[in-house]
Amino acid sequence: MSQAVHAGQRGLSGAGRLDMAGLRDALHAEWTKLRTVAGPAWLLAGTIVATVAVSTAATAAVRCPSGTACPVDTTKLSLTGIQAGQAIVAVLAVLAISGEYSTGMIRITLAAMPRRSAVLAAKAVLLAGLVLAAGAIAAGGSVLAGRILLPGRGFTAARGFPLESLAAGPTLRAAAGSVLYLALIALLSLGIATLVRESAAAVGVVLGLLYLSPIILGVVTDPVWSHRLERYAPMSAGLTIQDTTGLRSLPISPWGGLGVLAAWAAAALLAGGLLLRWRDA
Amino acid sequence: MTAGTVTPYQPDQQTGRDGFAQLLRAEWTKFRTVRGWVIGTVVAVLVMAGLGLFAAGASSSSCQSASGASGGPVRSGGACGEITPPVGPGGEPVTDSFYFVRQPLAGNGGITVRITSLTGLLPPSNPAAQGPIDTHPGLVPWAKAGILISGGSTPGSAYAAMMVTADHGVRLQDDYTSDIAGLPGAVSAASPRWLRLIRSGDTITGYDSADGTHWTLVGTVHLAGLPSTVQAGMFAASPAYQAITENFGGGESGMVAPSQDTAVFDDVSRSGAWPDGTWTGDYVDAAEGSGVGGYHQVSGRFMVTGSGDIAPVVPGQAGDIGTTVTQHLIGTFAGLIAVIVVATMFITAEYRRGLIRVTLTASPRRGRVLAAKAIVIGSVAFVAGLAAAAAAVIFSAQLAHARGSYVYPVPWPTELRMVVGTAALIAAAAVLAIALGSMLRRSAAAVTLVIVVIVLPYILGAASVLPVGAADWLLRITPAAAFAVQQAAPQYAQLTAIYSPNAGFYPLAPWAGFAVLCGYAALALGLAVVLLRRRDA
Repeated sequence: MSQAVHAGQRGLSGAGRLDMAGLRDALHAEWTKLRTVAGPAWLLAGTIVATVAVSTAATAAVRCPSGTACPVDTTKLSLTGIQAGQAIVAVLAVLAISGEYSTGMIRITLAAMPRRSAVLAAKAVLLAGLVLAAGAIAAGGSVLAGRILLPGRGFTAARGFPLESLAAGPTLRAAAGSVLYLALIALLSLGIATLVRESAAAVGVVLGLLYLSPIILGVVTDPVWSHRLERYAPMSAGLTIQDTTGLRSLPISPWGGLGVLAAWAAAALLAGGLLLRWRDA
Repeated sequence: MTAGTVTPYQPDQQTGRDGFAQLLRAEWTKFRTVRGWVIGTVVAVLVMAGLGLFAAGASSSSCQSASGASGGPVRSGGACGEITPPVGPGGEPVTDSFYFVRQPLAGNGGITVRITSLTGLLPPSNPAAQGPIDTHPGLVPWAKAGILISGGSTPGSAYAAMMVTADHGVRLQDDYTSDIAGLPGAVSAASPRWLRLIRSGDTITGYDSADGTHWTLVGTVHLAGLPSTVQAGMFAASPAYQAITENFGGGESGMVAPSQDTAVFDDVSRSGAWPDGTWTGDYVDAAEGSGVGGYHQVSGRFMVTGSGDIAPVVPGQAGDIGTTVTQHLIGTFAGLIAVIVVATMFITAEYRRGLIRVTLTASPRRGRVLAAKAIVIGSVAFVAGLAAAAAAVIFSAQLAHARGSYVYPVPWPTELRMVVGTAALIAAAAVLAIALGSMLRRSAAAVTLVIVVIVLPYILGAASVLPVGAADWLLRITPAAAFAVQQAAPQYAQLTAIYSPNAGFYPLAPWAGFAVLCGYAALALGLAVVLLRRRDA
């Protein structure tokens, strides 16, 4: 593998060549680590199952009786399971680094690849790729479940609820955005786990950061504070990507909300990366 | 972490109950000597109390945006500090707003009436529609009219009333919260209702009859401290009309607008000493309701029209301006997550470090080891939860009062139940966490599982698009049912309101909900003991 890299990168400076080679080797090493233990595959499968199951259950629980106006964003409803699936994604991402700390593997990893940021970058790239793939299946399955179930629950095209379809722009944006949301949750979790190291504490911090904002939003009635929370809390802001109705009254635009989550993930990864370089493993 | 585990090996030392006390001491020593766990517990207390203060502080400006449409404690034009609903004899906030045709009754006596009709007016079903007819005939389910004996003329006074209602037959209600059913069926000229109230000291007895000769005892109520002269007479009240649409998002109230009703009384007879001899009609607490009301008297026949309600006020309804003690305990979720992390690590760290082999060698009866761990972590979690919940409730209420925002008063036994229940909830969650940690041996998986089964059902139930029915089921069968211990106000059958989880109402009774979590924790602990015995450590 490294031979091919060197051949292809002849024109680059020595440092650049080393960087690219280092990253590819790191990716290869991380892929081997992820591939050869059973945990990640099970967690990715669990993400898909949990997402689709909770989405289906939520969709099946809602009914729109005839004669009433139902102010329901059916696309968002059919993607409810993302709120459960993200917890498993968080576990996967946390274990990608905390698992190495708990077994002492991190010292071997860093001895083999002293460029620590490359190690973290490789983990981030691989995690994002895997979660994007699993998330695409999960979101697709959720939308499909909505497409099958919703007409039977009173949400028919005749009443202003067209069949869920990825061909529709807002639905595609919500579904694709949910996949990106899961990937960003993975990166945020990886960053926090690099900071905290201990897996239990890292998972606690991630899930607290995510799940507390909708709970607190249910209590805070001060419009200034609830606006701030809706705009800047990672889960509340990030999940606005799922909104397809009432876009004008959203506290933050769908892509802007996803951008807020991306900023959280970037900040966590950056802080994690810096501490990884500075601290002893 | 390793200190103290050697004490059971002193051969001359008397070990009580097969060394269980020593086991407890060993586990306690492990807990208190790991700095991270102690810090985690302290963090749990701080975030729990801190978030409660935040919730109290970040909700106080809402009283400026009050709209005076509902049965909630909203007064139009009042400044923040003035918005306080009257408080009933039981300490609960009440609505006490109705039209009252009354005169003083000195000492013991009674009043008997016949009611031949109860009609009313409802607000327009579509407020935006333009048209000359803006109201239409009809009654809200709890439109009520009848006879009432009241201890005073100020809102919140003790009272007892016999009434006919639109959809719920004859009722005897007293002191805002109590409700006893009498004759069923609606009142009409063909099927009139006779009502009677007899006062004797602090005791008031209600009777009803369908023919004026055969009387049935509906109930006897005691109004403590009733003055010797009371106000007695006829009243009419009609609660606000609520168009509660399908409750997406855990409870959305549609339009809320005042309604009114009119009752026709005849055959009014009195016993005892009525010194004035003439009737006076006035609106009790007119500022609260729509103020619609009046009466006509034509030769012993009275038509009384009223609006408003005589009922408790429950939080979480349209136009709500106050905060509840439940909201001050919102930090429970954050504290819970921190405690779950610590409790899980209390067992998984043993596996990670291999200490579990030392532990199980020192005390080979494995079930007892897990029991000791559960007792230690459960006690720590209970004490931490108790401190945090008490601090959150006390300081948040002070902050809210200092900022002039209204806090729904709760009777002290309820407040005590909420604080102790919250601590018990956190303790049970810690036991669930240690059991799952012992089964899974992986801290990340165990922490996530416990958080997801306790916190996620609450989020999906209270803060998502699920309708009330599905949300209720989630909060009945998942460990999140335990949050019922934080319910501040009871659900009143005689009050039309949105009793949904996000308004602070849970489908199970407080301790029944807690029992659901305990059931899960006990089941998990049992399975964990079985697995710990069977598997190699």
